[in-house]
Amino acid sequence: MAEMTFTRPEFRVRIDRETCIKCGRCVHQCGWGVYVLDDEGRPRPDHAKCAACHRCVTFCPADAITIEKNPLAYKESDSLSAAHRKAVWRQAETGGVLLTGMGNDKPYLRIFDHLLLDACQVTNPSIDPLREPMELRTYLGRKPDYVEVAPAANGLGPRLLTELDPQLELQTPIMFGGMSFGSVSLNVHRALAMAAKELGTYMNTGEGGLHADLQPYQDNIIVQCASGRFGVHADYLQAGAAVEIKIGQGAKPGIGGHLPGEKIDEAVSTTRMIPQGSDALSPAPHHDIYSIEDLRQLIYAIKESTGYKPVSVKIAAVHNVAAIASGVVRAGADIVYLDGFRGGTGAAPTIIRDHVGIPIEIAIAVVDQRLRDEGIRNRASIVAAGGIRSSADVTKAIALGADACAIGTTALVALGCHVCQKCHTGCCSWGICTQRPELVRRLDPEWGAERVINLVRAWSHELAEVLGALGVNAIESMRGSRERLRSLGLDESTSRMLGVKPAGLGH
Amino acid sequence: MMPSSEAARNVPTGPARKGPIGIEPGRINAGQPGTEKGRVSRVGETARIDARGVYYKTLNGQIREQIEGGATRVVLDNVNGQRYIGAAIAAQGVTIEVNGVPGNDLATFMDGPTVVVNENAQDGVGNTMNSGLVVVKGDAGDVLGYGMRGGRLYVRGDVGYRVGIHMKAYEDRRPVIVVGGRARDFLGEYMAGGEIILLGLGESELPLVGSYVGTGMHGGVIYLRGEVAGHQLGKEAGTAAPTDDEMARIEELTLDFCTRAGCDAAEALDRPFTKVFPYSHRPYGKLYAY
Ligand code: SF4
Ligand code: SF4
Repeated sequence: MAEMTFTRPEFRVRIDRETCIKCGRCVHQCGWGVYVLDDEGRPRPDHAKCAACHRCVTFCPADAITIEKNPLAYKESDSLSAAHRKAVWRQAETGGVLLTGMGNDKPYLRIFDHLLLDACQVTNPSIDPLREPMELRTYLGRKPDYVEVAPAANGLGPRLLTELDPQLELQTPIMFGGMSFGSVSLNVHRALAMAAKELGTYMNTGEGGLHADLQPYQDNIIVQCASGRFGVHADYLQAGAAVEIKIGQGAKPGIGGHLPGEKIDEAVSTTRMIPQGSDALSPAPHHDIYSIEDLRQLIYAIKESTGYKPVSVKIAAVHNVAAIASGVVRAGADIVYLDGFRGGTGAAPTIIRDHVGIPIEIAIAVVDQRLRDEGIRNRASIVAAGGIRSSADVTKAIALGADACAIGTTALVALGCHVCQKCHTGCCSWGICTQRPELVRRLDPEWGAERVINLVRAWSHELAEVLGALGVNAIESMRGSRERLRSLGLDESTSRMLGVKPAGLGH
Repeated sequence: MMPSSEAARNVPTGPARKGPIGIEPGRINAGQPGTEKGRVSRVGETARIDARGVYYKTLNGQIREQIEGGATRVVLDNVNGQRYIGAAIAAQGVTIEVNGVPGNDLATFMDGPTVVVNENAQDGVGNTMNSGLVVVKGDAGDVLGYGMRGGRLYVRGDVGYRVGIHMKAYEDRRPVIVVGGRARDFLGEYMAGGEIILLGLGESELPLVGSYVGTGMHGGVIYLRGEVAGHQLGKEAGTAAPTDDEMARIEELTLDFCTRAGCDAAEALDRPFTKVFPYSHRPYGKLYAY
């Protein structure tokens, strides 16, 4: 009985016998080992292993493979759905906590899809972004409460007397979110670092340290310091353009990380500075941070250690996010990075991923409002992440109050990720969420960088189009401009929380 | 009820400040924010800095300046709570001597130097330290050696809670903490590598160690001079008698500790040690359903 399972395969792998040329490529391409060749040299799939990642489909030269949903019918129940039943069976078989990868896939309300942007008509002219300059450049960091300027004198122009805090300069308000080397492959890090440099934006190491190969890109890299302190040392902190203290992650607020020993190969071990094969456990909290005062202590320890580089603090969007963000800003953070509940992960317990946290849209709005109300909005920039899928989401996030957005999963999709949600297995056929050398090799960093650059450039053009339609010529003019948003199909309390009027209501 | 944002609006946020925002006056440290430097006297490679009332940022800048200027011994007098002394300093053959009580996060991210504190130290000593030596002649506070990856931390007196949390070893780097006195709860929690020795010297009404020793431990080893009850241990840790090789290592580290911290080596080795070790390098390997 030990082998028996009630969970039937989720997908069916269909190979067209007519067209299959028996080349065996699918056998090699599948990271999960779905195929074996039978005596006739035909690939035979083990449906149960298929993740629907489409690697074999993409690389089958005869176009002979399709992946279908298993049509197996379950007696309908709106309460104990087939998905619930399957989860119960898996847990009854294993006694384990269900793990998953990527972001929350449950059908919660997608607020971005209920927000609409404004445009100019008749009385206020729109701007053509193809002919007029559009400023997307964004500076992240503390802005002064006020500036003092010395008037022009002795033939010299006016001079700024106020000493400004260091800023991160982004050519477009889109950066890459932290994904650790270990959870993603080194080639993903390489691709993102190259792209960040070319685009004039930043990639983020995540908590797994900075591989030596990335040093040429360090001016475009934000290094992360998380609770496990993996790979964190003085040179590492000083290498980055800024340092991010990771308190929480949208996909798994309040819990630590756990990189299984299988993924700790030589390169990961060197970069994280831990032994090969042992689990890398990130404690749930930083054990030197139990309060805002403690957070301040670490922020300033990092500033002291880096010659006062900007420090970002990444928190998950949770119920009390506005008050927490206020504390984070008062603790001295230059950037507050908000990660919404749809944010991705290399591995998280399903229960946490799918049921903890709040949407990024609401988090941006309440944090921006709280900081404004307290008169400290200028003291830190807000970066929004966790479910940014398109340039439309970027515009709406910025209009709600973010200074910039960070993308993680979406950048991986550009690199070939098919969002099969099996990252935690370490078998990613696309060479993204894996350390298996034969899989990692599949992702050519230069090819990957090119695709990510294309994506961000395309989004930037789209941002410029939206700005033109709004009749403004700088992203600055749209930032926090909720008046240019309207809600459609949102209940009143959510609209109020967002500070957005319903569609149909004029100024 | 007033919405929270309304209430917040009435909270005074303090007078507008000049220059860069960042340090709120007098909030967190000894010394007022300012650029007034401490008096320095330099004789050969020894520099003395009078830290009285000097803002921590300024003081640390002065320390770095002296080391960059070739000082191999920097003596700080009248230290009173200045934080981050020795933070991220990467240098070999340099000693920083602290007279007075340094503030939190002493030697954080430090890579190489020796720091000697002649009195007590506070919390966070040796936080994420890479290499070097810290000797505290008095007591020290909580969260010492958090995430420490190399070097040694010697405390002659008692230490607080969460000492040695998530210490880790890597290749030739093996962090060591030796404590002459007693330790509170959560010693070596989440420990992933390195060695902790707890001696419990002298008389005290405190127990040798608190509870939850080695909770979540998945690497490294803790040696206790004396015994620890089962209920004081985390469930991921077990006890055994040290092997002969381990005893030799304990002796080596203890003798070095006694020499530097000024303790009685004969007393330190006068009774059997208990070894606390992790049951597994993968304590949570079986927790998940894939
Ligand atoms: S897991 Fe991917 S590569 Fe393997 S059979 Fe399924 S779709 Fe093809
Ligand atoms: S990164 Fe790989 S394993 Fe993860 S969802 Fe994308 S394709 Fe699947």
